[in-house]
Amino acid sequence: MLKFVSLLLALSCCQGLHHNNIDDYVEAEPVFQASKYGSLWPLPQKVQISEVSFKLSSASFRIVDAKASSAGPSCSLLQSAYRRYYEYMFGSAKKQWGSKNNRRSDPSDLTELQVWITSPDSECDGYPSVTSDESCEYLLFLVHVMFYRSLETFSQLVSEDEYGAKSINATIINDFPRFQHRGILLDSSRHFLPIKVILSNLETMAMNKINVFHWHIVDEQSFPYLSRTFPQLSEQGAYHPYTHVYTPADVKMVIEFARLRGIRVVPEFDTPGHTQSWGKGQKDLLTPCYSGSKPSGSFGPVNPILNTTYDFMAKFFTEISTVFPDGYIHLGGDEVDFTCWKSNPDIQKFMEQQHFGEDYSKLESFYIQKLLDIVASTKKGYLVWQEVFDNGVKLKPDTVVHVWIGGRSDKEMSNVTAAGYTTILSAPWYLDYISYGQDWQKYYKVEPLNFEGTDEQKKLVIGGEACLWGEYVDATNLTPRLWPRASAVAERLWSAKNVTDIDDAFNRLSLHRCRMVERGIPAEPLFSSYCLHEYKGV
Amino acid sequence: MLTYQNTYLDDLVDLPNTLDHMLEDLLGSQNFETLGLHSVEGVWPLPQSITSSPERYPLNPQAFYFTYGSQSAAQEGCSVLDEAFKRYFSLIFPDYSSGYGFLRFSVDKPFTVQVSVGRNDCDSYPDEDSSEQYTLSVSAGQAYLKAETVWGALRGLETFSQLVYQEDFGSYYVNKTEIEDFPRFQFRGILLDTSRHYLPVQAILKTLDAMAFSKFNVFHWHIVDDPSFPYQSRTFPDLSAKGAFHPMTHIYTQLDVRRVISYARMRGIRVLPEFDSPGHTQSWGKGQSDLLTPCYSGSTPSGTFGPVNPILPSTYKFMATLFKEVSSVFPDSYIHLGGDEVNFSCWKSNPDVRAFMLKMGFGADFTKLEAYYMENIVNLTAALNRTSIVWQDVFDYHERIPKDTVLHIWKGVPASYEAELRAITKAGYRVLLAAPWYINHISYGQDWRNYYTVQPLNFSGTEEQKKLVIGGEVCMWGEYVDATNLTPRLWPRASAAAERLWSDEKQTSDVDKAFPRLKDFRCELLRYFSFSDNAHGIPITHHRTLFYEVCLTYTDASVSLRLQAGYPGRASLCRTLQTRVPRCLIITDHVTFLSI
Repeated sequence: MLKFVSLLLALSCCQGLHHNNIDDYVEAEPVFQASKYGSLWPLPQKVQISEVSFKLSSASFRIVDAKASSAGPSCSLLQSAYRRYYEYMFGSAKKQWGSKNNRRSDPSDLTELQVWITSPDSECDGYPSVTSDESCEYLLFLVHVMFYRSLETFSQLVSEDEYGAKSINATIINDFPRFQHRGILLDSSRHFLPIKVILSNLETMAMNKINVFHWHIVDEQSFPYLSRTFPQLSEQGAYHPYTHVYTPADVKMVIEFARLRGIRVVPEFDTPGHTQSWGKGQKDLLTPCYSGSKPSGSFGPVNPILNTTYDFMAKFFTEISTVFPDGYIHLGGDEVDFTCWKSNPDIQKFMEQQHFGEDYSKLESFYIQKLLDIVASTKKGYLVWQEVFDNGVKLKPDTVVHVWIGGRSDKEMSNVTAAGYTTILSAPWYLDYISYGQDWQKYYKVEPLNFEGTDEQKKLVIGGEACLWGEYVDATNLTPRLWPRASAVAERLWSAKNVTDIDDAFNRLSLHRCRMVERGIPAEPLFSSYCLHEYKGV
Repeated sequence: MLTYQNTYLDDLVDLPNTLDHMLEDLLGSQNFETLGLHSVEGVWPLPQSITSSPERYPLNPQAFYFTYGSQSAAQEGCSVLDEAFKRYFSLIFPDYSSGYGFLRFSVDKPFTVQVSVGRNDCDSYPDEDSSEQYTLSVSAGQAYLKAETVWGALRGLETFSQLVYQEDFGSYYVNKTEIEDFPRFQFRGILLDTSRHYLPVQAILKTLDAMAFSKFNVFHWHIVDDPSFPYQSRTFPDLSAKGAFHPMTHIYTQLDVRRVISYARMRGIRVLPEFDSPGHTQSWGKGQSDLLTPCYSGSTPSGTFGPVNPILPSTYKFMATLFKEVSSVFPDSYIHLGGDEVNFSCWKSNPDVRAFMLKMGFGADFTKLEAYYMENIVNLTAALNRTSIVWQDVFDYHERIPKDTVLHIWKGVPASYEAELRAITKAGYRVLLAAPWYINHISYGQDWRNYYTVQPLNFSGTEEQKKLVIGGEVCMWGEYVDATNLTPRLWPRASAAAERLWSDEKQTSDVDKAFPRLKDFRCELLRYFSFSDNAHGIPITHHRTLFYEVCLTYTDASVSLRLQAGYPGRASLCRTLQTRVPRCLIITDHVTFLSI
């Protein structure tokens, strides 16, 4: 996957750098000890931290573009990131140094972080993408995203002593992600999530080097996406037609906020099941269920036998493909309940005509097949939940199969990759399931490539996603429930395979959690402990 | 803006109502009625007796008053009620900001809530015998709230605030209602643990607010434990200087403690401090040398320490001084002495402790040593005129404790805590039940149902025995909880226990009937929280951000009143109505009517 990585984090100080080589030997440390990697999370691929320490002062420290960097001051994306990270590092420093008085730089001060974007095009105005057809762009993406990740890493290296003085040790880091798809699913249908909550979680994703926001935007319960083409979908299908919807402006804001943090927004419009809310605003879209020979008044999955269904889907996904710039759309396809289809005489007739017999999964495949053709015509790639693969639907070779069913997910990974499809894993990372204690350890110990298969097959695993389904989650509890539990997944997907020391992880994650808290994110504690700066947002 | 000449506004008394009705008509047809979630059963916890009718009265914040009844023992100047009036005004009218928002053509008929109490206990603290009974009668223009004590009046005000609801169109209403209410159990507590994680004072105060919404009346402050000692003692400042997570930022100063106690008092909540010993005291040892038992490995001290050292006179001298301070800082008549989970292995390892055992004739039974220690501590607090609460372990190991001690049950499944309830009450002790409400234990799904269906008196015993069950407590231990997740983890799960402890069990036995009520109550909590604090992650659900736009066209005999309603940024709904309006009113252009 990551055949070529180019990352440069150049530190410069008045006297140049002193490197002390330290060996890479990591000892298993007992709980509550400081990790030799400090608070770095997720752990970079290669780190060497020396004893040499430099002071950082908010008065003299600057983040600047390196001379040779292809990005200049016109790259507003970088400039806003510089400011964001400066504020993360120095926080309320403004108060400390009221004026820029001539504080002489000490030789041991680190005064500059130079950021050098090495690729010819800095991609400042582009979207992060995984359209790997163009390997050139792919490379750019890496560099581009890397840059963010490196700023985050740099800010994590800064430490504060008990008097509030900031310092950083001479460090060499060479870093790249193990998996390219590191996602988090949020569900805005079962409970509406105010934009503010989505944004603050995008911010937190960036702190954890998560690069995909999988927006499970609609489902049975509500349809908060305000469609320009079909506004009645949210008018009738949202919890509230005005206050519980995402307007085009809202969606744009989310996408741009994510872009500035190197995060892709992959929307999911799940069909043919999970669509009750669609039916409220779109007549004849859902299958009328029958009780005996009469319609019962209730509705089932999307009606797959009507041409109007496909006309609707074509128009709808044309809109979606323009609203969401990412190269991929998640099409769902999970948990289709056949009982309603079975009850409907028109569907029975259609089954006969098509020679499907009694096998309703063939009807599902028929639907999905047509849907995939529609979406393919919009030039988008797609992700689907694993059932679509299980039911033998013919998929484009670049389809990503999303494995979610627990129990034997390793078998599924093995099957999907044996068939040559790329895949992402979520089955072990359903964070909506809560239990007492340190369940982050369970998520941390997952090894995504732990299934039977050739090296070629393993390369088809492009990553994974932590899923926070919304039955019991809304803005009141989302953030502490997600973090730092999702951080465990973030490290598994970013760091090297051999980063498995659970004690060291505990030590670093404790500090990482406090850093999130200090940055205003209510990330919950791992265990009895304290943070120097407790959560203030009470 | 509204501009007019000649103000004969009194003639227009009915106009707002006309507008409301039109709006109702207009918006009701758009399936918006599903949003008006009001039900008269909306009071949580359910009052003992409530009758209400569909007859309703509009409330206008500009003409809404709290007054003291002429016969009331407490009058203006009563700190508890004066403050409560202010607080509940804001809770009843959360959207009301003075000066803007309510543009009324005239002042509605006033509505007065008249509060009468039988005793002037305004400057006292709520205690174990305080009556919380009240009656509330709501009729046209007036509500009468009668209670024996100001604490009962506070409960009644809470109920009244929950009776008021807001229509989708912004107007406030209350239905004709009669309520007689009193708590089933006298002790309805919540335990917060500020040792495993430090909770900023703000987080505690916010919890006290929420407790009042659910009519909890005891804040059990598990203030210190093994991990840290955040209580800053006047007599032993080293305890927090060395035993807190941080000596400056992670402590409760005397001022903090006073603030908590006074904030709680204003809400009719007792503050019950717990200083747990002899176990759970690792953090004490850091600032008080020789307090803990040195553990031995073989014949030499291992450098680690165990529970409080029960064989040294200095220990009891220290404890006497500390508890003397505690009893002067915390006004409540109860002190929680802990006494749970004492690990004997360190005592066993220590040769001096073993010698003491021999001398006292305890044999090898270390429970006797523990009992000896607890007996001394209980006697210390008895001498300070305080009632001791101890965890059930003390009873399990040792039945020879003073009769007025309260036992606190924390262990086990229903079968075992029911057996414990039977045994303790049979021995004649008062008892407090916490075992089924360890709310720090979380699981997937609607676990509030488990907390709701607890039957605290479901054990075999005489009526006399059942009377010894003084109440129950929800425990939020702090291993995995700090200010980041306390509030959403506590609420509304604790509210389930609140109803069990306040309401009649027969009337509230159906958990499915409770579900929609609790859902509504949760939404009300959100409203309160968003009102009291905007910085927090709790969503502000602006469920009623609609606007009115009234366009009046004046003609000779009548006014054409065109009314628009909708939500900002959206196409509005519109309807025109011909109505007779006094000719003296001249309105130019549009009136934008933000009645929210």
